[in-house]
Formats: sequence, C-alpha cells, structure tokens
Amino acid sequence: MSDDTQSPSRRNIIKSMVFIPIGAAATTGVVRALSPATAADANAPEGKPDAYTPAFFNQVEWKFLNAAVDRLIPYDEHGPGAIELGVLEFLDRHMQTPYATGDIWYMQGPFVKAAPEFGYQGKLGLRDIIRVGIKNVDGYCASQFGGKAFADLDRKQQEEILKGCEGGKLKLEDISAKLFFTNLLNEVRNGYFADPKHGGNKGMGAWKMIGYPGMRADYLDWVEVRDKPYPIGPVDLAGRRG
Amino acid sequence: MSIVKNKVDAVIVGMGWTGAIMAKELTDAGLSVVCLERGPDRDTQPDFAYPRVVDELEGSVHRKYLQSLSKETVTIRHNMNDTAVPYRQMGSFKPGTGVGGAGSHWSGCHFRALPEDFKVRSNVEQRYGKKFIPAGMTIQDFPVTYEDLEPHFDHFEYVCGTSGKAGVLNGKKIDGGNPFEGSRSREFALPPNPNYLGAEMFYKAAREMGYHPYPIPASNASGPYVNPYGCQMGPCNFCGFCSDYGCLNYSKASPNACIMPVLRGRKGFELRTLAQVLKVNLTADKKKATGVTYLDAQGRETEQPADLVVLCAFSLFNVHLMLLSGIGVPYDPVSNTGTIGRNYSYQNLNRVSLFFDETVHANQFMGIGGGGTTIDDLNGNQNDSTKSGFIGGGLVWARQPGGGPVRGIATAPGVPNWGSGWKKGVKEAFRHSFYYEVQGSCMSYQDAYLSLDPTYKDAFGRPLLRMTFDWHDNEVKASQYLVEKASDMCKVLGPKAIKGDAKKDGDHYNVTQYQSTHTCGGAIMGSDPKTSALNRYLQSWDVSNVFAPGANAFPQNNGYNPTGMVGALTYWCAKAVREQYLKNPGPLVQA
Repeated sequence: MSDDTQSPSRRNIIKSMVFIPIGAAATTGVVRALSPATAADANAPEGKPDAYTPAFFNQVEWKFLNAAVDRLIPYDEHGPGAIELGVLEFLDRHMQTPYATGDIWYMQGPFVKAAPEFGYQGKLGLRDIIRVGIKNVDGYCASQFGGKAFADLDRKQQEEILKGCEGGKLKLEDISAKLFFTNLLNEVRNGYFADPKHGGNKGMGAWKMIGYPGMRADYLDWVEVRDKPYPIGPVDLAGRRG
Repeated sequence: MSIVKNKVDAVIVGMGWTGAIMAKELTDAGLSVVCLERGPDRDTQPDFAYPRVVDELEGSVHRKYLQSLSKETVTIRHNMNDTAVPYRQMGSFKPGTGVGGAGSHWSGCHFRALPEDFKVRSNVEQRYGKKFIPAGMTIQDFPVTYEDLEPHFDHFEYVCGTSGKAGVLNGKKIDGGNPFEGSRSREFALPPNPNYLGAEMFYKAAREMGYHPYPIPASNASGPYVNPYGCQMGPCNFCGFCSDYGCLNYSKASPNACIMPVLRGRKGFELRTLAQVLKVNLTADKKKATGVTYLDAQGRETEQPADLVVLCAFSLFNVHLMLLSGIGVPYDPVSNTGTIGRNYSYQNLNRVSLFFDETVHANQFMGIGGGGTTIDDLNGNQNDSTKSGFIGGGLVWARQPGGGPVRGIATAPGVPNWGSGWKKGVKEAFRHSFYYEVQGSCMSYQDAYLSLDPTYKDAFGRPLLRMTFDWHDNEVKASQYLVEKASDMCKVLGPKAIKGDAKKDGDHYNVTQYQSTHTCGGAIMGSDPKTSALNRYLQSWDVSNVFAPGANAFPQNNGYNPTGMVGALTYWCAKAVREQYLKNPGPLVQA
C-alpha cells in the first residue's frame, strides 16, 4: 500500500519540480517546499502538493499542466510558484464543479461567429476548453518538434508556444489558441489566489507574496493609517493564520 | 392545466429594491400582496454570513449572487442590421437574482439626480438651441421634477442610512458637500465615512485643480443606525466585499437588511421564491391585466390572479415581460414609433489607475462600496457642451469597493500577463495602487433599443430580450474629455505610472468587460403616450393596472448611479397608487 505515495501523478509532480530554479530558492528563503527533496518529505507541512491524485485530468493532460502551470506562474525571487502552491490540485478539483461545465453560461445554440466585443460564442464549457486545448497544443508540438509533447520541450520553447497561444498567432485544429490560453491563465490565477479551501494557495503563499490579508474582512481601524504597511498576516476561510 | 391561486389585491414581480418598497407601501395600505421572486430567499444570516460570503471564487467567479445566464440572458448587437448573439458569460453588466436582487450585491453609491437631469432635452435646447441635439438622439424630459421627488429621495436615503454631507440645505450652500446639488430638506441620515488613502489624495488633487470635492453619498452606514422601519444597521468596517457580495455586517443598505425584516411575517404579505414569472396575463382587449403566470419551485405552471400587477424585476426584465405579455406597442426604430423597448441607455464608465511606490499604502483590499470622493464640476450644468463637445456630463471619483486578487489586480503599463514579470507587477501594484473612475451619462438614441430576439430562447422557451446598442460619438467624446480631466487630476499626485481607458474614436460596445450594471430605459416614463411606455406615476399607458418602477423608466441616463433615483421613483409611484389609484382605479393621467 505504501506504493500509493509513488503514484504516477506524484512522480509527475516531483518531475515538474526539477524545473524549479532551486538556486533561487536558497537565496531568497521566501518559500518552503521548493526542492524535490522537500516536496517528498513526509513531514512537509499540511497541504503539500504531492498528496493529490488527479480525478479529472488524465496522465497526458496532467503532464502538460505540470509544465504549463510552472511557466505561467513560476517559482522565482518574487515568491512561490503555482506548482508548489497546489494549483494543479485546484485545477483538477475546479474542473469537477458545475461551474466548469458551463452551468452559469448561456449554452444554447445556434452558435455563430461574432466580433470579439461580443464575448465567448463557443459550444464548449470551461473544462472542455481546457481539455481540447491541451490536446491540440500537444498535437501542435508533436507536429513541430518531431513527436514531442509540450512538456518534453525545453523551457524556452514552452514559453514561445504559450506566447503564440496568448497572442493568437498559433493556429490549432479544434479551438482558438487564444481562447484556450485565456481560460487556462484565468484558472491558474484563480487557483493561485483563491482561498486554500479550493485546493491551491497552500499556506496562503500567494496572499503573503502580495500582502493580502485574505479573508480578514475588517479594516475600519486601519482606513486612516498612512505611514506603515498593514501589519497582520492573512487568515483563510477555515480560520488558519498565515 | 395550470394551478390557479386565490386572487390577491396586488402581485409583485421581483423582490429587489423596487419590489420590497412596493410590498411595504402596499401592505401598509392594507392590500393583500404576493411577491414572486425567481431566485432563492436570502438574508444576512445565513446567506451573507462571514466567512463563507467572502469567498472570492464563489462570489466573483461562480457568481453565486448573480443571475445565472443559463436560465435568462439577453442577446446583443451593435446596430439594427446585425444579427444579435447571446450574452453568454457575465461581463459588462451583472443583474442579480434572489431576494434583494441587485440591491444585495450593489456597492452602495446613493446619489440623487440633479434638477437639470430631469429636463435634459429642454435644458439643452434652452442653453444651446434645438439644433444642438444631433439627429437620432432621442432624449426626453422626465415627466417629474426634482422638487416632486425630493421627499422621496430623502425618505429612501433614510431607509438606507445613507452617509454623506449635504451641499445645499433648504436652499443654502454649506461647506463640505456638493455645491451643485438640488436643495435637500435635511442632512443625510449619517455623516460621511472615513477616507481611505485614495479618497484623501483625490481631495487634494481636486482642490489643486479648483474643483469642489465631496464625499460620495454612500449607503454603507458610517455608524450605528436604526431606519424609519426600525431596521438596525451597524457601521461599515471596510471589509472589501461590497460589489458582487451581500453585506456580512448589516452595513450596506439592501432590501434584505432595510425592508425585509418588517415584511417577513407581515399579515397580507406572502413571498414565494423560486417562482419564475413567465408573463402578465391580459384581458382580450389588452387593456387590463388579470394577474401573472409563473412556474413555481417545482416547475408547475401557476396562475396568480390580482387586481394590480407591479413589475419590479431588473430594468431589462421589466421590459422583457412587457414585450412577452403584449403590453403596449413594441418600439420600431425605423419609423421611431411604438414605446416598449424605446430609449435604452447605459452608463459611460472609464477607469484610470494610478501606481505608486511602496511608501504609498493604498491598501486596495480595504473597501467600501459607496464611499470615496467625487466632483460634480463636470456634471450637469457645469458641463459647457459648447466647450466639451458633448451633451450630458459625468463624475470623476475615487472609489474603492475593495479588491482581492481573484477579482484581478491591475498592473502598471508594460507588465506582462504571466511569468516572473507578472508576479513582480502584481506584487508592486496590489497595495500601492488605486483608481479613479469617470462615470459619464449616456444619452438615448433612435437606434438603441430593446426588442425580442427572433432566434434565441431562454430556459423557459421564451424569446430572449435583444439589446441593440453601441457607443455614439457623443459618448466617445465624453469619455475622452472626462478621462483627460481625470488624468490631469492624477498627474498632480505624481504617481509612478498611470493607465487609462478612454474610448477611442470608432470603439464599439464591448460586452466582455465589466463596466456598469446601470442598464436604463426601454420602458420609459413620459408625458406623451406616443413616446413613452409609462406615465409620470410609472403606470403603463396601455394597461392601467400595471406599474413598472425601475431604471427602465429613465428616458436617458445621467452621470450618477441609478439606485437613489430608482428608490425615489418607486416611493413616488407607491404614493400615487395609495393616494390616487386605489380610490379610483384607472389611468392616473389621461392620454
């Protein structure tokens, strides 16, 4: 049973950690759980990202996300990256909510093309946008890089691909690259910054980075203070203090 | 085969501000009232209770307190020759649902219109001549005056515990308030809230520019308060979760906090939630309403007969119901005839963000929806249209309803959207930036209107409402002029960077970006039944036992947030029903 700790997903996470610039971690000390060794540490703090096994995404998708999420919000001298804050867990869990099926969007046809000012006019719910997008970007990479998947490219190549998606220059078979990118980036940001109860932002790491007091929601005594930074760390929905 | 309920004196469609006001007033008058609300029941406890309510993912991504577009939405197009497409994802405007409606997730900016805002057409004609109004601009005077509504503005402010400072009291100008406002009969219910840094800096900048800054009238209580109905409110603690959220603190005025406590359990009042009204039923000659048909919580078609039907849905859906029910004649933009759907207008909102270094503690996570500082120096008659080049006016303000990172962090120009550069950008901006907004009026036009969509249907099989709207030159000029003035007010503060978004020549209405939920018009009030859907008492010209209070009644939109005006018009309407209509049911104004 102890093999559980060596599930493929866990290996992927650990593998993804290799991309993290460990040297930078040592110099700043901003973030914990940075190196592969720490991530694998059984005594790591509660909510360590490697405890999660994806239920929505398959292995190919998970591999893609491990790489892409790390490019979008990398670990660096400014603060924690999306991977160590559990954004992958957020994504996998969020894709299983009614929201990701498009339950608050108007999803009736006919579906026609319209100028960008009119917003999304497609048939896919959020989770299908992500899923179809991953498959297509991987397909594009395979065709351009001798069969390699996105995750198998080097960091620079991955960034170029993502830029191509963001600017809409990259043409995919089944979906607008820009649409996919926008939705993926939104979701990664949501996972990075939303309350830890949703799976990401472990230890309120993203809130600490920007100085957000989280769910404190009571500032009357600080409204007129001008000369010093807000002094108290964040609190989350579960009442944990950061 | 539908279920038929016992007849009541009045049925109210929608339980937001207008529905709650009408229910209170009509039950006060002894009427039996049933209110049908399409969404769930909501109250401060448990629905807006801390900490659950401040979950940004649920509130601002899953849009827990807003209308689900999967059930009802609109289609939108820029001009009448285009094919409209559905508003599939919430963007430019955010209708609410449930008890409290948009009145539970609003911010709390609580203005009165200016006296000149009531007579826009005659005022422009008088000041600049008839020819100054461009062809196709269909602005009209309100059929009521500021003086007519003053007691109702006042009463609504006291119901809401509005916090502010009078500028003109019984005809006398007094320091600290808006010197350009219509005269008030008494001070605000509560004094202004404290100023966060951005509001304080706005004061400084405005004074340097020679303007007259004043506190935004805020329905966010600045202290403990008991309203005329005995409802208690507590001081706003700047929690930062106003817009999109219900108030956790009994501080932001809402139907839930300020009116519902006296309605719940009241004899003669019944609230049915998850009751989706499909149409108003009319007699064969379409001159009287007999009640409404709705789907109950189990989806059963149900008829509620009533002597009086009050449409209190969100402005867009009041118009939708009138069109679906065959009340009045749908507007035809080609011949400029018909009234239902006529004169749809919006709000001209633009933002300028200011970025400072780390010594400036703007702390955008602290927030109060309606608080802040504004100026009227470019609004109403202070705007000289011959110089500015546009009709109307607008406000520039510093307002900080509260920002959290899921709701988005504006970054300085040049910051990328992801990667290390983005992280650096959000880290630098989050606690050290704030914004001004320019909120401009929006005139009405022959080619901006509401109608039924020929193709798309809602979840109940009814045609969606179709919005035909685009920016006109007048509003683009206003945007450019006002944003330039706002930018001047930014520069005197010496920020590190400024990012503004004035509309460019030829810019089209973009539904993907949140701008404002101030959708106005479509069933407007007026003095001529040929050019208005409602008379001066918000009564349908065509079906005299139907009243439709709401922002749908505005012939065009002024520079202010509409809620103060909507509340005042609703009390005005209720007074007419109580004092005139009930004694002698029928048209209150002869066509």
